[in-house]
Amino acid sequence: MPLLDVRDLTVSFPTPDGVVEAVRGVSFSVEAGRTLAVVGESGSGKTVAALSLLGLTRDARITGRADFEGRDLLTMKERELRRIRGARIAMVFQNPHSSLHPCHRIGSQIAEMIRLHGESGRREARERAVELLRLVGIPSAERQVNAYPHEFSGGMLQRAMIAMAIAVNPRLLIADEPTTALDVTVQAQILQLLRRLRDELGMALLLITHDLGVVAAMADDVMVMYAGRAMEYGPRRALFREPHHPYTTGLFRSLPSAGAARARLTPIRGQPPAMIHPPVGCPFHPRCDSSAERCHRDQALATVGAETGHRSACWLPESGAQ
Amino acid sequence: MIAPAGGETLLRLDGVVKHYPVGASGFVARSRQVVHAVDGVSLELRRGETFSIVGETGCGKTTLARCVLRLTDVTAGMIVFEGYDITNSTRDELRPVRRRMQAVFQDPYGSLNPRHRADSIIGEPLAIHGLAAGADRARRVGELMELVGLDPRHHRRFPAEFSGGQRQRISIARALALKPELLICDEPVSALDVSIRAQILNLLADLQRELGLTLLFISHDLAVVRHMSDRVAVMYLGRIVETADTAELFTRPRHPYTKALLDAVPVIDADAADSVHSEGLTGEPPSPMDPPAGCRFHPRCDQVQGLCAKQVPALEPRLDDSAAHVTACHFPLEGRD
Repeated sequence: MPLLDVRDLTVSFPTPDGVVEAVRGVSFSVEAGRTLAVVGESGSGKTVAALSLLGLTRDARITGRADFEGRDLLTMKERELRRIRGARIAMVFQNPHSSLHPCHRIGSQIAEMIRLHGESGRREARERAVELLRLVGIPSAERQVNAYPHEFSGGMLQRAMIAMAIAVNPRLLIADEPTTALDVTVQAQILQLLRRLRDELGMALLLITHDLGVVAAMADDVMVMYAGRAMEYGPRRALFREPHHPYTTGLFRSLPSAGAARARLTPIRGQPPAMIHPPVGCPFHPRCDSSAERCHRDQALATVGAETGHRSACWLPESGAQ
Repeated sequence: MIAPAGGETLLRLDGVVKHYPVGASGFVARSRQVVHAVDGVSLELRRGETFSIVGETGCGKTTLARCVLRLTDVTAGMIVFEGYDITNSTRDELRPVRRRMQAVFQDPYGSLNPRHRADSIIGEPLAIHGLAAGADRARRVGELMELVGLDPRHHRRFPAEFSGGQRQRISIARALALKPELLICDEPVSALDVSIRAQILNLLADLQRELGLTLLFISHDLAVVRHMSDRVAVMYLGRIVETADTAELFTRPRHPYTKALLDAVPVIDADAADSVHSEGLTGEPPSPMDPPAGCRFHPRCDQVQGLCAKQVPALEPRLDDSAAHVTACHFPLEGRD
């Protein structure tokens, strides 16, 4: 049984201009020790989908199921959810500067996290904080445990955030664009750290990103989101080798390739849809070169390779994929 | 109109230095510290080429662009544009220069006034320089909108009514209004989604070809730089460590920092996650307030030797490289296979 199993998740927000359906019927699962990457552009619903699992979307209307260790997160009371959040499921966000309190020492913020979810004493929690900082590769951890957030660089802070996230041995780590604010050499270090921790601690990792390079380096499975829907879902290798949905192929084709420097790029034409009135049928059809009449009415729930678990929400026949 | 690549020099920087004082306004701690943002950068841009400056946060690439645009005064060195020394030009003297040198910045949200309509944003440079008014200006704005792929019928819309990619098109139209020779693009696509990024990169490449523009492209994104540039300079802590033709820099980097940077970029490959990963470069760049002596990269370099901490390596051809490939390293890397 997967650690997290999400079925038909929908998340919508009432706004003065109408209801925004941020997530529209998405299903996915993550198993212990594995990484699911959710990839999509701004407004695709990838972050909202993750936040809604933890009850962190205010004023949202949520439907569906999200079974974590066999219990549905979406029907849990806030008190129960609070015991899971941070302890069994932890999160790391894009901007570590805004996730740590600027006036408290890094060590005491980690120690507080440990004391909140366990029975450790003050001294014990502090020792564990040092140990955690060492685990995430912060040099001279005994000294740095007393540092304030402003004394750390962006990469060091993200390491500290990861230390805090893994402080109480969560089974699932949700990382939302954990390296987007970082430089490429620091990104490589943080991705390596996440891979190591996942393997050593046997955590499941739900990685939210817009960067296909990060997906390639990290994921076991991939879900491609667009306008609140899962467009394609499958094992990384199958999805990268034979992407099926025209949106996925469009994403790959719009990247500059090393071999063809200065050749014209092949962008996806048009603009992403407004989420108040997303297109009927397949939300990608106004930008799709393969769209047919039925795409304006319904979106497919097709299976490309049933035995591999590679699914694509497109009517194109399997051989029609490029 | 279009000068052949490798032609005359449009812009020349000679030992440009920019230091920012730190804590100068402090009441108690009045330190004499300075940030060495740019520390002796020399380079030449040829008319019609795309020259990129690549580097990580804090390497000084944006400060360098601001120096060229004279948005900030340089501490030392010389900036020569179209044969004129503009290093210490006054505001009035700069006015004709600014017509020939325009910029596009990263954030199409922050760089457009939200209360102005598209036509007044795009037509503003024409108004400031007294080049076109009334119906004439409206016609020019329409032409510019078409040039950058915007629907001229949307000229009365506000920035908020456009998407991110369209807003960056407005910034580009505004920058082109004065028919500049040099367009400085500072991270022009970093804030855009992948599917939109390719549209803007194609647009910049088309405009360069059609208008014979010279592009100074500033980016941290190596894939974008590789795609767009004729030549690339790599900056680290305020200095250029390597400059070469794009293909050569990416296939035969000489400086260990260039190589580390190239190796850190995730490869978009189906099997990437299955291969063994090294952590690559360790540590992070030291503070530009107190840069290391000698080669600034030496504390993080795996090729480091005694000389590196003592002597600043000159930016010059190394091994059997041509004059076009210069590297500031005492112990440059041998070619890759």
